[in-house]
Amino acid sequence: MRPEPFGALLYHFGTRRLSFLKNQAVLAVVRSLADHPSARSACAAAGIPDADLPAYTRALAALRDSRMITERTAP
Amino acid sequence: MTVAQETASRPSVSPGRLVDLFERGLAAPICLTWELTYACNLSCVHCLSSSGRRDPRELTTAQAMAVIDTLERMQVFYVNIGGGEPTVRPDFWQLVEYATAHHVGVKFSTNGVKIDAAAARMLAASDYVDVQISLDGATAEVNDAVRGPGSHATAMAAMRNLADAGAAGFKLSVVMTRQNISQLDEFKAIADRFGAQLRITRLRPSGRGADVWQELHPLPSQQRELYDWLVGHGEDVLTGDSFFHLSAYGSALPGLNLCGAGRVVCLIDPVGDVYACPFAIHSSFLAGNVHDGGGFEAVWRSSPLFRKLREPGDGGACRSCGHYDSCRGGCMAAKFFTGLPLDGPDPECVQGYGEAALSSVGPGQAPRPSEDHSHRTAPRREPVPVTIGRRRLAPPGETPPRIPPERGCDESPLAGFSPR
Repeated sequence: MRPEPFGALLYHFGTRRLSFLKNQAVLAVVRSLADHPSARSACAAAGIPDADLPAYTRALAALRDSRMITERTAP
Repeated sequence: MTVAQETASRPSVSPGRLVDLFERGLAAPICLTWELTYACNLSCVHCLSSSGRRDPRELTTAQAMAVIDTLERMQVFYVNIGGGEPTVRPDFWQLVEYATAHHVGVKFSTNGVKIDAAAARMLAASDYVDVQISLDGATAEVNDAVRGPGSHATAMAAMRNLADAGAAGFKLSVVMTRQNISQLDEFKAIADRFGAQLRITRLRPSGRGADVWQELHPLPSQQRELYDWLVGHGEDVLTGDSFFHLSAYGSALPGLNLCGAGRVVCLIDPVGDVYACPFAIHSSFLAGNVHDGGGFEAVWRSSPLFRKLREPGDGGACRSCGHYDSCRGGCMAAKFFTGLPLDGPDPECVQGYGEAALSSVGPGQAPRPSEDHSHRTAPRREPVPVTIGRRRLAPPGETPPRIPPERGCDESPLAGFSPR
């Protein structure tokens, strides 16, 4: 993950795919995912208003589909 | 400019278009081409970098490793290594290994000359190295006319080695010309046969390409044929984002559809010079050198040329065209080396504005590439005439006449030497 003026760029060496985080808020959410029990909780901690949650759900789903983020395995 | 098919995942949470974000430049290039050497075993007529002979100032192994250290620090995800023929550098595999060990992925282009069975096995075993074999004709006849005698056979042998080693997913890379557009399906079949992915790119009038562009670049009807073929094959075929000027035919092709020069793309040449894009090896697009204070990082972030390229353009002569939003005026290098203004139409503008503009460029007005490392001699295509003298034979029974030596030392290395 490489920080950029607009957000961040992600590159997956396995799939050779690039992804883009187009603002700082979604970058903050992605960065903190590992520290939260759920994506919803990460969004709440980053101050994402409920009304914006569908857009963030779509963004995170796209990252999941491209295997940039994966469900954590049980501890 | 291989941003194209790799942009499929766009987790958007804002309506801002990527093109607009990218036009202002990035913290590091997405697509960095690094030409490791100007040396090449071939002399392709359309070579972008006018390669052939090694330049004595080429980066040493240590200097190249220092560049890789910088790229790692800047988090450049991968480099596209080319040349010349990069594999003829004796430290080529060492540099590839160093890059991948330092989190910089490698994609390299080769004519296949060094891809023997052993190299193919090594490549098949590596997760971070991609190889791209260049072939510009599906048949030897079409390919060798451009890339030189035997080059079709070399590329096919390299692909056979890669396929046998199980290096699935390597790329077959084709520059589209007037002579090979009719072979698109054959190229696809070759790629499929070897388990490779087809990648086709645009012929640029750069390097030696400037000399042959008039004869090789696709005709307008072929451009349409190419566009339709690309639309039909979708993301199945890679294009390195190089046909965005064709988007003005209708729907945008997959990819960013943006000239990335100095914004998402740049070139490091074999001597460490940094140019705005691989197709623009000319002093007008030289931003600096990796040896400059601050190194590549400073050149990328703050060279005056790159800063200027990142300023929003107003479309110039294309502003009033209804298609400007899809083609964005086309390729900067194609305009430059055909003598067209950079804020006007692409020479291959599908609306025909390029042809009109080209007609006003007088002979000799287009800028010439500033570097030329072409071989000074061409390989002979015919037998070398030699005269081999024969010793006169004496008739039977006679001793042959004694021919005196031309110099004393032809008979004795000590001739004329008298020790005292």
